[in-house]
Amino acid sequence: MSETTTTTNGASTGAAGAADGTGAGAATGATIELENLTKRYPGSPNPAVDEVNMEIKAGELVIFVGPSGCGKSTTLKMINRLIEPTSGRIRIGGEDVTDMDPVKLRRKVGYAIQSSGLFPHMTVAQNIALVPKMVGWSKSRIKSRVEEMLDLVGLDPGEFRGRYPRQLSGGQQQRVGVARALAADPPVLLMDEPFGAVDPITRDHLQDELIRLQHELHKTIVFVTHDFDEAIKLGDRIAVLRERSHIAQFDTPEAILTNPADDFVSGFVGAGAALKRLNLTRVRDVEVRDYPTVTVDDPLQDIFNKLRSGNTNEILLLDKRGRPYKWLRRGDLMRARGSLARAGTLVHDTVTRDATLRDALEAVLTDNAGRVAVTGRRGAYEGVVDMETLMNSVHELLEADRLDAVEHQHELQEQRAEHTHREQEGADATGEERA
Amino acid sequence: MNFWDYLGSRHQQLLTDAFQHASAVFQCMVVATVIGVVIGVVAYRSEWAGSLATTTTSTILTIPSLAMIGLLIPIVGLGVAPTVIALTLYGLLPIVRNSIVGLRGVDPSLVDAAKGIGMSRTARLFRVELPLAWPPILTGIRVATQMLMGIAAIAAYASGPGLGNEIFRGIASLGSKNALNQVLAGTLGIIVLALLFDAAYVLIGRLTIPRGIRV
Repeated sequence: MSETTTTTNGASTGAAGAADGTGAGAATGATIELENLTKRYPGSPNPAVDEVNMEIKAGELVIFVGPSGCGKSTTLKMINRLIEPTSGRIRIGGEDVTDMDPVKLRRKVGYAIQSSGLFPHMTVAQNIALVPKMVGWSKSRIKSRVEEMLDLVGLDPGEFRGRYPRQLSGGQQQRVGVARALAADPPVLLMDEPFGAVDPITRDHLQDELIRLQHELHKTIVFVTHDFDEAIKLGDRIAVLRERSHIAQFDTPEAILTNPADDFVSGFVGAGAALKRLNLTRVRDVEVRDYPTVTVDDPLQDIFNKLRSGNTNEILLLDKRGRPYKWLRRGDLMRARGSLARAGTLVHDTVTRDATLRDALEAVLTDNAGRVAVTGRRGAYEGVVDMETLMNSVHELLEADRLDAVEHQHELQEQRAEHTHREQEGADATGEERA
Repeated sequence: MNFWDYLGSRHQQLLTDAFQHASAVFQCMVVATVIGVVIGVVAYRSEWAGSLATTTTSTILTIPSLAMIGLLIPIVGLGVAPTVIALTLYGLLPIVRNSIVGLRGVDPSLVDAAKGIGMSRTARLFRVELPLAWPPILTGIRVATQMLMGIAAIAAYASGPGLGNEIFRGIASLGSKNALNQVLAGTLGIIVLALLFDAAYVLIGRLTIPRGIRV
């Protein structure tokens, strides 16, 4: 039993050295370094992937995004050597894996693909147990690990353990696919358009789940997609790739949205970058204002007084549990002849502090007075966000991003200048061919 | 003597023949299955090896069985040997073809996934590809068995075992009292055996095809 528990509470163990941990304790990610990674197919003049250099930090979720055929999938598959690179090196957790046995390498690198890739002739439990079995875990440890993984991806083990993949919905299959990829606790997880084949609502759920998972596990995840919105939602950093996997820009979503490196990137970001930026900020990051409130239990006279004396036209009426109930205007109570039940307009929509600014804007735009109540635990009132706050916050955000980006650009240019300088100096040393 | 009386008086002989018939077909099927699946596994990856295997086996099938057995007699003599060789060769075609088709039909993304999670070449074959290709392979085996049931009757021509002896004896003594009964008993016996084997395959299918891919 003791060995089964170590797998669950290993979250605090070291980061980069975790690459060789085939199982217990290695809950954190490992770094991935790609050095001059190139793939050339025989018979085509141009390489499919051309000299990719990239450093991915431990515990980072990096997205490869780009048009179809840009080599993003090829690049991903070279990391676990499903496609053997023609030249270049791959290092995981500092260890050069370019020449190691690919079968051993792949057991340390989780792999999840589009339409789940579950084996239809095996049950959910058998599918998840595959890798732990191959690396030689004990039966009891595998059994408890399967339960743990199903729990982790939000499926009830008792209900789903014995099912076959075809008895699951697309979203459930995808969850099991992720559970299988993570079963042997690999430090690195590769995901090749994993949510490409599910409907938009399920995809949204799965994305949220992945964010939650990553919060718990801190794996190093490389995720390939052609959907830029997905990239923004999930990525710590995004690599926008153009043909032959050339990196057009490799940066945080904020930086790419506010300061695309070139026309290709801005074309890919598409219209509405400012709107997309709203997805990256949460309500808790902006100023939530106080608003005069009364509760349904207050005497009518108090409510009258508050309405008359307050500097706003309206007050927010809260129900018995402190949840926003109705907006009351000055004349409302008079018209309703003093009955709280008939007066005012019901609160349709509230947002939590975790909601994105985009959600908040949506709610503010639909509200006829241009404001939305923010709620906390159990829907209790916490404050109000209105149009003005939103506009100001967005302006500030964009301005800050722009400053960051300019500074960043500066740094990059310096780095690049230094790099070219070094390359010119040492052209003979680095120019040699590595087969 | 009517047919039922004939059956009553000769049931000993008939049962022995039927048993030998079934046993010959069964043993040849086992050999053909092993060889056929191995050929399929070796050949399915390459375009030319696959077509070579299927063309060769279908060429064998075009040789009339009587001619095949006749050709084998000078080489291996009379009796069991030509029967077994002929039956095994005829049984190969459906099995080889269905093995190749079945193995090629496995969803490439599943093979990719198997590779991606770190399965070795052998593990992929035995844990993913063959189990998924098993239903079409089993169909091939079933078709081959039905075919061999009929062909095995011809084996009596080379003094082989089985119900064919009844038929040939009947044909040889055409006009005699029991000629028709003999031919009828042999033919019906083969049909009954074929049905029994088919039922057995349905059962084997239920037992060996995983629930997740059963149609």
